[in-house]
Amino acid sequence: MESILEVRDLSVSYRLRGGDLHRALDGVSFGLESGEVVGILGESGSGKTTLAVALLGLFRRDSVVASGNVLFQGKDLLKAEPNELRGIRGKSISLIFQEPSVALHPTMRVGQQVRRVLAAHGMSDRTELDRRTREVLEALFGEEAERMARAYPHQLSGGQRQRILIAQAIACEPAVVVADEPTASLDPTTQMEILHVFRGLRKTLGLAMIFITHNPALLSGFADRVMVLYAGKVVELGPATETLVSPKHPYTQALFRSIPPLDEPHDAGKRSLPTIPRDANLSPWPPCGCPFEPRCRERMEICKSDDPGFVNLSETHMVSCFLYENQ
Amino acid sequence: MNTSTDDRNMPPLLEVENLVKTYSRKQFAGPREEVRALASVSFSIFRGTTLALVGESGSGKSTLALCLACLEKPTSGLIRFEGSDLLRLGERDLRAIRPKVQMIFQDPASSFNPRWKVLEILAEPLAFEGTRGRDEMRSRAHVLLQQTGLSSDLGEKLPIELSGGQRQRLAIARALMLDPELLILDEALSALDCSVQAQIANLLVELQSARGLTYLFITHDMAMAAHLADEIAVMSKGRMVEKGLPDKVLKQPENEITRELLAAVPRMDRSGPRAES
Amino acid sequence: MPYLLRRFGHAVFLLIGVSVLAFVFTVLAPGNYFDEMRLNPQIAPETISALRTRYELDRPLPIRYAHWIGSVLHGDMGFSFAYNSPVAPLLLVRARNTLLLTLTAMLLAWGIALPLGIWSAEHQGGVPDRLVSSGTAALMVIPDLALALGFLVLAVKSGWFPTGGMVSLHFDGLSFLGKIRDLLLHMALPVAALVLSVLPLLIRHVRAAVEQVLDAPFLLAAEGHGIPRRTLLYRFALRAASNPLISLFGFSVGTLLSGSLLVEVVMSWPGLGPFLLEAILARDLYVVIGGVLLSTLFLVGGNFLADLLLYWADPRIRTEART
Repeated sequence: MESILEVRDLSVSYRLRGGDLHRALDGVSFGLESGEVVGILGESGSGKTTLAVALLGLFRRDSVVASGNVLFQGKDLLKAEPNELRGIRGKSISLIFQEPSVALHPTMRVGQQVRRVLAAHGMSDRTELDRRTREVLEALFGEEAERMARAYPHQLSGGQRQRILIAQAIACEPAVVVADEPTASLDPTTQMEILHVFRGLRKTLGLAMIFITHNPALLSGFADRVMVLYAGKVVELGPATETLVSPKHPYTQALFRSIPPLDEPHDAGKRSLPTIPRDANLSPWPPCGCPFEPRCRERMEICKSDDPGFVNLSETHMVSCFLYENQ
Repeated sequence: MNTSTDDRNMPPLLEVENLVKTYSRKQFAGPREEVRALASVSFSIFRGTTLALVGESGSGKSTLALCLACLEKPTSGLIRFEGSDLLRLGERDLRAIRPKVQMIFQDPASSFNPRWKVLEILAEPLAFEGTRGRDEMRSRAHVLLQQTGLSSDLGEKLPIELSGGQRQRLAIARALMLDPELLILDEALSALDCSVQAQIANLLVELQSARGLTYLFITHDMAMAAHLADEIAVMSKGRMVEKGLPDKVLKQPENEITRELLAAVPRMDRSGPRAES
Repeated sequence: MPYLLRRFGHAVFLLIGVSVLAFVFTVLAPGNYFDEMRLNPQIAPETISALRTRYELDRPLPIRYAHWIGSVLHGDMGFSFAYNSPVAPLLLVRARNTLLLTLTAMLLAWGIALPLGIWSAEHQGGVPDRLVSSGTAALMVIPDLALALGFLVLAVKSGWFPTGGMVSLHFDGLSFLGKIRDLLLHMALPVAALVLSVLPLLIRHVRAAVEQVLDAPFLLAAEGHGIPRRTLLYRFALRAASNPLISLFGFSVGTLLSGSLLVEVVMSWPGLGPFLLEAILARDLYVVIGGVLLSTLFLVGGNFLADLLLYWADPRIRTEART
């Protein structure tokens, strides 16, 4: 299968007020194949949102330094003209933002907000616009579509707003959908519903998806491959079945260990959860060495001074850690 | 239950009986709609223990929390705290009780005045109480910073300069400034990353055994509820539909709602496509 | 709907309140028209007392107020002592003249402020923004009086513009187009003075409102959907920024009658301002309170208009209003 989207050595830094460069992403590389779901696992500060934004060139500030390639259909999006990017956004690659409560225009009816996405990409005939909007809303709301279209965002529940964001994203039938924490503010039942929606869309539209989350359990049974980000770097990338069940990188392992188990017996002692010592550093990352080193239980001398490269554990699974260097 | 601070032979710290809260909302061109946020809820919490309250959005969990913290007035029912009926107390007596019940909210970012420094935020509850001198407040603030795992040099920082986990620690420290007996944690961990949730959960457990605190832990995260709680209560549509020990509720749920909630928890152990619900 | 009725009720209540206050203050102000008259030896004291009785000057306050309100509601705003004719037609003519000036100025000012403010917010920190900032700062510092006088000097020195009045002496003899040209020439400088005095604040408000919105996540999300820049700015951003601007607009409407006093006086424009000033000095009671009432009507009306527009523009206010 060929890659529909290929990210090569993507690095993004923000220039801070004092002139310092804050590195948000460092040498991120991965490919997305047609119809595939890649889950990106990362906590705050890992660079996951920067990655989402970087794919579409949606940087807010001019004080961004980006290098590397984001190849889509033969074109490098990082070097594309603003007009070209605008044509791709929402049409070939869509982004579903975090926080549906603020990602929608507060005083515009939601049906209209979906319609505008369609209108922005060449559809100008009014009846065609109406028809297609209705179609998209029906796919996500069924019979309620009419009523939903006339509502304003503040009248909808969290799950409903999320569906509108999804509607906007798929309206032009893109090839790739990037979802940034699409279920973060929802309760578990609604979360499940939304995942269900994504599964359905994947089947009917053959979408390729990049699903960004900090909760690994959401990727189980949904993602084909999982990529783990820490401090802007890829620390592990492999098939979901392997990575989620037996992670190799110390960070991934520690992360999974810190999640309270549902199925094990709970005794009165209230065991403490194994945690990753210290806090993830908010300040600029050290210029050399593995960024996880200060918190890693397997750390070695070499981890402080050298950058671990990528080690291929198999054809599909790779880790960035000195532990596996000599395998 | 074996923790030394838990005492089931004493009367419960908190007793709630038949608590009802209805809101009336005017619909457009229609009659006033009565919304029953709480429809006769009864339960009790013993000192030194943790009761987890789980349920969907709209189940009434947050309304219950607000009523218990005396931030909302229930329509009817009884809330007995340390033997006194909170709803029948006069303003002065209520003021004496308020410090004993503190609440911690979900959003670490919006719980604080963004222009105040950490030490000022911590000192606020005491300043309000008005009985202690500045130096005493400062030293107490520093003690609490330490006890919640925050370093002293964060004292001069603004909330925005702290991470999510640090902010929640600050929220806990602030709540502890008044030496409360009961902490109500309303989705206090939900907005945090997984690894940070574990850290804060451990902190809560430590503090509970050191200070004999009682927790009402409201969440929709079943796994965390089961991990932290001595008892789990399930709420739906303003009613408490099930209550019991974590292992019992998780393994042998009696109520349909509980079963549904359990089914919705995303789990890590599956390897194939999840069965369609 | 009940929300709007309530706002309307507030407006009416306000009007009544102001009318009472205006009436009371004006009547209580020391001196009255007839005191001046009394100083004039040519007028017999009996005439004066007859006039006083006729104008009810000796009757108690509440009764005078009640009579006055009664007639106002019939369209009769009382009688002007100085002009010896009913107040209403006098006021209305002058009000019309003022509105001619202020409406034009308001439309021009908003027409310039909106695009400039948006452009400035769009290029935050950049050259356009700094140009606009310093320009508006400079303008704000210049007192309105100086502006008006400056324009007057311009008129006198250059001879391009008439130096006062609304129309030329030979106005009636002009052709239709000639009349328009004449009027426009007379209006040009007062309108310019008004626009320049109001513009800087407007631009800053527009800029601030749009700037706040530009940072909003939904705008970035819309950009992520490929919505073009123009639509983003004018359809999305402006719309979301409109609440404070609508309130400001209501205020603009509110000051349509009262905001141009200075300019009118300096540039001799026959508007409401100079007329009222004269009346106050002469203690021409009914003209004064009639004028105050008219101005208040506009102010309250302007605010109510803003309420209406907000209700229409912001669905959150609509749904909140229902609960």
